[in-house]
Amino acid sequence: MTTIAPARTTSLLEVSGVSVTFDGFRAINNLSFAIGPQELRAVIGPNGAGKTTFMDIVTGKTRPDEGTVVFGEVPRSLLRMSEAQIARAGVGRKFQRPTVFEDQSVSENLMLALKAARTPWRVLFWRETAKDRVRVAELAAQVGLADDLSRKAGELSHGQKQWLEIAMLLAQEPRLLLVDEPAAGMSFLEREQTTALLVELAKTRAVVVVEHDMEFIRRLNCKVTVLHEGSVLAEGSLDHVTKNPQVIEVYLGR
Amino acid sequence: MTRTFLARNPSTLWFLLVLALFTLGVTVLAEGFGIGLIPTAFVKVLGKTLCLCLVALAMDLIWGYTGILSLGHMAFFALGGYMTGMWLMYARTEEIVVQALAGSPIPPTPEEVAQGVATQIFGVVGGSDLPVVWSFAHSAFLQLPLVLIVPGVLALIFGWLAFRARVNGVYLSILTQAMTLALALYLFQNDSGLRGNNGLSGLQNLPGLADVPQSTLSILFFLASALLLAAGYLLLAWVTSGKFGSALRAIRDDEQRLRFLGYPVEGYKLFVFTLTAMVAAVAGAFYYPQAGIINPAELAPIASIYLAVWVAIGGRGRLYGAVIGAAFVSLLSSWFTGGMAPAIPLGFYTINWVDWWTVLLGLAFVLVTLFAPRGIGGLFDRLPSPRRHGAQLGPDDGALREKEADA
Repeated sequence: MTTIAPARTTSLLEVSGVSVTFDGFRAINNLSFAIGPQELRAVIGPNGAGKTTFMDIVTGKTRPDEGTVVFGEVPRSLLRMSEAQIARAGVGRKFQRPTVFEDQSVSENLMLALKAARTPWRVLFWRETAKDRVRVAELAAQVGLADDLSRKAGELSHGQKQWLEIAMLLAQEPRLLLVDEPAAGMSFLEREQTTALLVELAKTRAVVVVEHDMEFIRRLNCKVTVLHEGSVLAEGSLDHVTKNPQVIEVYLGR
Repeated sequence: MTRTFLARNPSTLWFLLVLALFTLGVTVLAEGFGIGLIPTAFVKVLGKTLCLCLVALAMDLIWGYTGILSLGHMAFFALGGYMTGMWLMYARTEEIVVQALAGSPIPPTPEEVAQGVATQIFGVVGGSDLPVVWSFAHSAFLQLPLVLIVPGVLALIFGWLAFRARVNGVYLSILTQAMTLALALYLFQNDSGLRGNNGLSGLQNLPGLADVPQSTLSILFFLASALLLAAGYLLLAWVTSGKFGSALRAIRDDEQRLRFLGYPVEGYKLFVFTLTAMVAAVAGAFYYPQAGIINPAELAPIASIYLAVWVAIGGRGRLYGAVIGAAFVSLLSSWFTGGMAPAIPLGFYTINWVDWWTVLLGLAFVLVTLFAPRGIGGLFDRLPSPRRHGAQLGPDDGALREKEADA
């Protein structure tokens, strides 16, 4: 029998030994993190634990001082790639505040996000096909915006913008989805829908959810990583980490 | 695709129609082929105005659509003028030299003619040799492509350096001002090879058409400028339609978001910067033969700022707005500064419009910004604004304000 392949080939994203310092403040301290190709993961931690910086590092917005970030079945380092290249490699990011292009219609927003060539020359000569229009209509229907295709995104309500942004992420067809506080500002019903969507999405791709709301994380019913002062404090099921005395002290016990 | 490009962009069709009617009207009324109601000098003003409309279109693409406030596009405009100017001046001088030497007993050799041309052109700055930059000036086929190549390459290098370093907002504006100032100072030097502050002159004469009167030439240039403006409008309307235009507006309002969608934002900026530099250069190449003269003062930083003012007054982010702004302000400007506006005596002081025009323009700029954010072009958008929930349409410096946007 040959030995089983090492763990790295089974994970989609592997962050190891990453540190980053801003003006002497260590935002991320020797952080290691891995997620499989079809996995849902919640990342929690108090303010300043480094959750957003962690996402910035994976998406290429922030360069770490040391450590490695490897992505894909054929592992590629993300550290030498630009934000745009990382996004094209299959990393999608949902921001906390809904960020859509307010001056453009819902369908224009979705067309921009649709997986297609991204270079200026190819985009200049790109013209939408019937297939693209059908795909955009499908995506809009999936998030309840089917009747709003020609409306400007700026006219939508806060919740609708959140949904539009999620539809744009789906249009990108990412293999890893980073979601920053999806439940913020959502109604109870919208939270239920969001939970269901995230669980569904994680069947075909990796999804990392950064969230404060414990109730929301309990619904996700997935492995939890607790960050504290820029490194991993505990990892496991929600029940497992909530029993950890250190976690109780820094995060839950307050 | 069931609907044609023009059907999907009704404003383009309207623009072309208005331009065609205007061109026809001027041609009929002018001296060259028509009844002679419009003097030749004014035909030249109108032809030049059409070229200014074209460079305003380029400014609207880079600023109104992409959100990059370049304050250096008039440098590309002037460079385009210099490139055609070199050919026109060389050809014209060559005709004169050949004529002068025709009387000599031995026919002049090509070397003698070239030497004569060099002395004629560069005597004024104390030189008698043709500088290297004039190597192609003897041939239209070699020189005229430089109208696109020289500004294009300059924009490509400048843009690559600036955008790669992610210079944004006001810093980029300052950098482009520095570029145009540096270029102007360089051209002011006598040994820059372009006749220093004398500039190039006699550009209104086309080689081989010495017998054609200026009244005819002026209307031909006017027609060519109109055709060029129509072609430029169609090109930019096509570029700004579809997904490319959508990506440009996304860069204007929130470029970081577009990066996370996988778009190489720097590549788009470089593409648009270079394309608009080349459009500006072509406009300049047709402007200066109608002006007859070009000198380094044309690259003054203020010229590029005026360009931004035209686009702002016309209404940025809509192509017809840029054309309206450029035509309206530049014609009004030549009326006021040309001494045609009557001075207003106040008893203790006389308002002389030549001096007070810039104050009026500044005031108009402030008033438009405050009370008609969509500009003059925005008056054509009859649709009511949709209710948006935030005043900002994006976090970036160049982002459209809510009041500027249309439905």
